Amino acid sequence: MKPMRHPATPHHAPGLPRLLPRGVPLHILLPSLIAAVAMLVPLFYLGLRAFEADSATLVDLVFRPRNLQLLINTLALAAGVVALTTLMAFPLAWLVTRTDIRFKKSLTVLGVIPLAVPGYVMAYALIGLGGNYGVLAQLTGFQLPRIQGYWGATLALSLYTFPYLFLNLRAALAGLDGNLEESARSLGYSQREIFRRVTLPHLMPALMAGWLVIALYVLGDFGAVALMRYEAFSYAIYTQYSGAFDRVYAAWLALMLLALALSFVMLDSLVVKRKLARIGTGVARPMTPMPLGRARFLAWPYLMALFTASIGLPVMILAYWLLLAPPDLSFFARVPGTLLRSAGAALPAALLAAAFALPLAFLTVRYPSPFATLIERSAYIGYAIPPLALALAMVFFSLRTAPFLYQTLAMLIITWAMASLALALGPIRSALLQTRPSMEEAAHSLGHGPISTFVNVIFPRLHRGILAGVVLVFVLCMKELPITFLLAPTGYTTLAVTVFTRTSEGMLAEAAPFAAAIVVFSSLSVGLLLTKEGK
Amino acid sequence: MMSNLNLKAAPQGAPTRLPEPLLSVGGLHKRYRPQDPLAVEDVSFSLDNGEILALLGPSGCGKTTTLRMIAGFEHPDAGEVVLRGRNVTRLPPQQRRIGIVFQDYALFPHMSLGENVAFAMRHVPKAKRASKAREWLDLVGLAELAARMPDQLSGGQQQRVALARTLAAEPELVLLDEPFSNLDAALRESTRKEVRRIFKAAGTSVILVTHDQAEALSFADQVGVMHYGQLIQMDRPERIYQAPATSFVAEFLGHTNLLEGDADGEIARTALGQVAIDSHQRGPVRLSLRPEYLSLSVAPDGKGATIIEREFRGHDCFYLLEQHGQQFCAITPSHSLWRVGEQVSLEPQRTATVLRD
Repeated sequence: MKPMRHPATPHHAPGLPRLLPRGVPLHILLPSLIAAVAMLVPLFYLGLRAFEADSATLVDLVFRPRNLQLLINTLALAAGVVALTTLMAFPLAWLVTRTDIRFKKSLTVLGVIPLAVPGYVMAYALIGLGGNYGVLAQLTGFQLPRIQGYWGATLALSLYTFPYLFLNLRAALAGLDGNLEESARSLGYSQREIFRRVTLPHLMPALMAGWLVIALYVLGDFGAVALMRYEAFSYAIYTQYSGAFDRVYAAWLALMLLALALSFVMLDSLVVKRKLARIGTGVARPMTPMPLGRARFLAWPYLMALFTASIGLPVMILAYWLLLAPPDLSFFARVPGTLLRSAGAALPAALLAAAFALPLAFLTVRYPSPFATLIERSAYIGYAIPPLALALAMVFFSLRTAPFLYQTLAMLIITWAMASLALALGPIRSALLQTRPSMEEAAHSLGHGPISTFVNVIFPRLHRGILAGVVLVFVLCMKELPITFLLAPTGYTTLAVTVFTRTSEGMLAEAAPFAAAIVVFSSLSVGLLLTKEGK
Repeated sequence: MMSNLNLKAAPQGAPTRLPEPLLSVGGLHKRYRPQDPLAVEDVSFSLDNGEILALLGPSGCGKTTTLRMIAGFEHPDAGEVVLRGRNVTRLPPQQRRIGIVFQDYALFPHMSLGENVAFAMRHVPKAKRASKAREWLDLVGLAELAARMPDQLSGGQQQRVALARTLAAEPELVLLDEPFSNLDAALRESTRKEVRRIFKAAGTSVILVTHDQAEALSFADQVGVMHYGQLIQMDRPERIYQAPATSFVAEFLGHTNLLEGDADGEIARTALGQVAIDSHQRGPVRLSLRPEYLSLSVAPDGKGATIIEREFRGHDCFYLLEQHGQQFCAITPSHSLWRVGEQVSLEPQRTATVLRD
């Protein structure tokens, strides 16, 4: 028995700062701390490499006119994608929530499916459509100009990311209290005024959230931008790194991209400060669906066009290359091996991410404190950093501090886990939130230690959340491109890398089997998303 | 409800009585965050074997924190918890042999009732657990539901399963955290009686945390009243009611008249005239006089207290009166009723309690 502190000195010496929270078991605290510190590594090394140059070069690098051009290009791309996705997602969300259009369920599913087609596969499809040897020219003789540059990148990214906005808007529209609009109407406002002054303000948080996700995707995307040869930050970083080998400039570009991502997040939190709480205790009433009437002759063609472009196009292009003009059989034979290589790195990364997400979730849910919040926030760094910047930072880190990790599979797995930790954290956290702490305390009071309690009580309650987290990370890594590109060991070609290199070399037929494999795999994550949505 | 209860058949007989206290808690302190006031301040008490103690107080008084420190879920900043001579202050909950029944029962939703109870029997060989679990469920009258899942039970049944599960671990002490608060009023009283009977028959030592004074007074052998983290008074229920230590205890346990008086020996002069007091004092004192200790009679000269409110409550009647600008309350048997506005003479019939504050 340890000696007791004397009861006469009841509390802590005041003013003595408590660095670590008391009462958090070590098996929760330690992994959480490791995760948080690991997230700071890329930031540190990016900065370190960026300030390596002497001051004259530094000034030259930072104030290069090209940076401004890159900034304008990147912002223009983000703005274009945000605008185009809004045009795609808003009418769709409105139709399936507020009107009497038929097949609402199926339309909703169709509105989510495009997520299964990664940006570079969408770009692959668009590239394959136009041009001299494009599918359209081959099939109909009509030659579309090659789709590339700004419009190509905007289109590819929009067709793939609009479901994020759609899901946000659909949830917001479905949750809108019907009484709000009706009371506005009873006060004499016209439909248009009601939309502007009542509906739109309530949709703003959903719009902003969707726009933020999409804008961050645009910043982080590398595949579509590179395939479309559009000079945005991520493409420039890649060419600097792989072509010009100017690592310091690449580090600066990565820092600028990071700053841009950060400013988007901050802008968003500034705008969405106002909370729209439901006032009063009355029951929220769903809207009466608006009869479409003749407008349906506009609605259906719009829907047809949207789904033809977002789902039909990649399916058609892949089908053409796989069935009508298939590549040599040997390319198909290479798919399983490549798939195994992708999975061989993605599965450990998913397990690693979940293994760290679990203690992190426990820390924030069971031991809430400012410290825990700080740790949790840092877990999102890896997710928020544009992947190319993260990969670059990890290259610097391994070259400088851990050369034994450079160009190893372990490095790729660790970086993937860092990039996707936040993804795994989500479902595990919400599963834990639904498990009351008294459940664990009851097990302890019945004589069960931490391990027995985890196996018998916590895991059975969390296994769905853990599984969802693992699957989300696994699928993300299966189709991940930029990090793989920079960090994978030489010769370790994954599905994503194969599609990208073949497409950029114009070998569209040879890329098709691999692209198809990715689309099939990505459908897993979409399926998961849909089953969650369905609840 | 638990008619088939047969305590003789209960596994593990009553623990044998020991002369030393079962539990002794000394100088417990707890502060959650440096800027907060103390949640628990210097709480000390002891509990005899087979005794039921109720920790009573308003929400935020520190009673649940005290309970959780005894269970081991919170670490005291100072102080110690000694169970049967064993200092358990630094032990994790699973090594303390202290059972707890939570307010939300904390039944494991993925286990049947039988499995929930069997989960508590780490000391029993695996093969025997299922049949033992049935015995414990039988104790609370639910043996035939052993295969059911917790969500198929009513609140009262869940409560009894939680109790059976706690007892199945054969703890040396059982803690109850507001165990009856989730039951509706009709069920609460009968469940309370049954649970008390089970504990008393099994000789279980219990600490109950509650904010319901009626529950504390009827359920416990000892009541400890807590306020702002301190244990203000601990005594038998009738003593707590009749001889409260402070005005807070007096008012928390029911209606009372707080009187300022000038003491001279065993008598004090107050707004109600001369009142007998329960200790020898001199100078200004503060007294508590329960409303049922006051009698109402016809004012001989038409002067006295005016009845300003009357609440007829069946077996008795509650009056609010005013005399010389001060308000008093009185409870009288309901066979003689006074009307609002009537003038009555107010007379203390029993000694008043001198309060510490």
